[in-house]
Amino acid sequence: MQITSPAFKENARIALHDAGLQKALGNLKEGFPVKRSTAVARMPEFEQLRDEGTALKNHILENLDIYLEQFEANVIKNGGHVHWCRTPEDACKKILDICEEVDAKTVTKGKSMVSEEINLNDYLEKNGVEPIETDLGEYILQLRGDHPSHIIAPAIHLNLEDVSEIFHEKHKRPKSSDPKVLMQEAREMLREKFAGADVGITGANFLVAETGSTIIVTNEGNGDLTQTLPKTHIVVTSIEKVVPTLEDMTLFLRLLARSATGQEFTVYNTLSTGPRRAGDQDGPENFHVVLVDNGRSEMVGSEFQEMLRCIRCSACMNHCPVYGAIGGHSYGWVYPGPMGSVLTPKMIGIEEAGLLPNASTFCGKCESVCPVRIPLPKLMRHWREDEFSKHLSPKAVRWGIGGWAFFAKRPTLYRLLSISSNLFLRVMAGKKGHIKKIPLAGGWTDGRDMPAPRGKTFMSQYKSRKQR
Amino acid sequence: MHAPEKPIKVGLFVTCLVDMFRPSIGFATIKLLENAGCKVSVPEAQTCCGQPAFNSGDKKSTQDIARQTIQAFDGYEYVVGPSGSCIGMLHHYTELFDESDPWKARAEDLKKRAFEITSFLTDVLDFNTILSKYDAKATYHDSCAGLRELGVKQQPRKLLAKVANLTLNEMEESETCCGFGGTFCVKYPDISNRMVENKTSNIVDSGATTLLGGDLGCLLNMAGKLKRQGHKIETRHIVEVLAGMTDEPAIGDADYELGQPA
Repeated sequence: MQITSPAFKENARIALHDAGLQKALGNLKEGFPVKRSTAVARMPEFEQLRDEGTALKNHILENLDIYLEQFEANVIKNGGHVHWCRTPEDACKKILDICEEVDAKTVTKGKSMVSEEINLNDYLEKNGVEPIETDLGEYILQLRGDHPSHIIAPAIHLNLEDVSEIFHEKHKRPKSSDPKVLMQEAREMLREKFAGADVGITGANFLVAETGSTIIVTNEGNGDLTQTLPKTHIVVTSIEKVVPTLEDMTLFLRLLARSATGQEFTVYNTLSTGPRRAGDQDGPENFHVVLVDNGRSEMVGSEFQEMLRCIRCSACMNHCPVYGAIGGHSYGWVYPGPMGSVLTPKMIGIEEAGLLPNASTFCGKCESVCPVRIPLPKLMRHWREDEFSKHLSPKAVRWGIGGWAFFAKRPTLYRLLSISSNLFLRVMAGKKGHIKKIPLAGGWTDGRDMPAPRGKTFMSQYKSRKQR
Repeated sequence: MHAPEKPIKVGLFVTCLVDMFRPSIGFATIKLLENAGCKVSVPEAQTCCGQPAFNSGDKKSTQDIARQTIQAFDGYEYVVGPSGSCIGMLHHYTELFDESDPWKARAEDLKKRAFEITSFLTDVLDFNTILSKYDAKATYHDSCAGLRELGVKQQPRKLLAKVANLTLNEMEESETCCGFGGTFCVKYPDISNRMVENKTSNIVDSGATTLLGGDLGCLLNMAGKLKRQGHKIETRHIVEVLAGMTDEPAIGDADYELGQPA
């Protein structure tokens, strides 16, 4: 997908004035945060579970190589294959190779953000393999030539009218705006695709080292059909998803469902352990796991290591007032919201994505709901430090901060600066209590008044009171 | 509560916004602390907490400012300020220095002594002799840093409950950011503007006549928006109400109503 992160501000401005998007984002607010808080309230030990999840993820990251190798050994023991791919290109090429080996014409796909990250659909299409998204949201997006704006609710930026419109256009059926009718329509269209696909590609929520299993959680069941019907099942996922045991996996499943959708458990939790065995009634003949690195192993041991605890629940973006105002597409790449503002600069470069970690008030809401307690504001601040030290911050910011810091480090001069700024604003205000327009401060005064200072500075008044 | 014969030595961290925009908040803080039996001083070597540099990624300037602030407040039993955000920044100083750096221990020491005013009065002094009176239906905005970094939530409400004639109308989403965010509000004005619009609509819907909060940055933002939208809601810092210092016009208001003689 095309990167538009450098145009973040422009994207945001357009998004703020897009009536349809704003309507759709209104639903988000009423949905996820309310449901999450209800689910959390029903579980007294939720905070303890977060601590356990955080500690376990830290342990895994300290021993990532060991668990990944154990996972690989068990996949092979079960009759499957593991492919290690350092870059998105490596991963796409490997997946295409597997498709070509079985002479695949069409592949069905379960929802996978890693496949978005490596831009798999475009690659397959260019090479003559047709990918078919089977998650309802992803299916709608594919019909529209659109991309996910959210990591678990990919079509959250759309309204019912948009779905009705595109189904009518692409399915050539009478237009309906009844969700049940539309759902049935999608189901019928997808049913034959499931049956006809040569390869099924899914992501994975977790990889279980002790059994060599992969698991996906869905609420639609599309993942099951994607991975059991075709002859070949490819799991495309990333290295930080590994957990030691099935029991560890259940800890994260409990955290994930509540944090994501406010469910106690996701509807379908589907484990894949190797290809079909003798005596199995169904299942794929070939089972491949494509493990994508794409910068993650570099994050291990760096100031960004904590980001690798992420279980992709989306709670951070669901609760983010910035995401809630502008939606996911404004961020200009695959991962939006606070988690995206940490990951994106790592994956596409801080030069491209510098505006993202800056677009936060550091209100801390994201960190307060993160099931694995990732200090997202701190990590975004690390990117700002990186940007500042590489002289990538805009000149206005660098000079502004530099000039201001010069005074802030010199209390006597600072007093003069605050006295003159105070006086300037009071003169601007005249007899009014606030100012409508201040030169060079349109960022503030275009949208709100500037309250005027009340009297001389505190320090001046305090001094004269003491002298009295 | 500490015995009044042995006053607690408190250094007031004024904060740069209070210094420049609304000195009455500083004086109200002093009054409350003195009522609670503290001896308050204002160290002259303080400027700003350094947050603009910290959040712009300028670590070196932040360290310089941190060292200056730590030094300025050496020797005080407590450091108290009328802002969760700035006091929260004083707590962040511990993240600026390596374990081997002697400033690390000094930053840790400052962190133990630094408190936001409502939290200090409530959690440290258990002070609740609020004698003020204020006729208003008030609503309280929970500023982010105070709420999430320092755990300031019940303390201001506990103190406001003591104010005669004041009723609290809680707004929806009182814990959602107002969109100020320091330099965020001028770097991303469109988004900031939308966030403060959401906030003011919740404030208006609460039916309150006065908006209260504990951070002047957020209050300037919300008061500025309420003014631009033409609402007649007064905006004040909580300490003005607690200290009974509400003669001063509210934030953004003039000494006289327009059209009337001064």
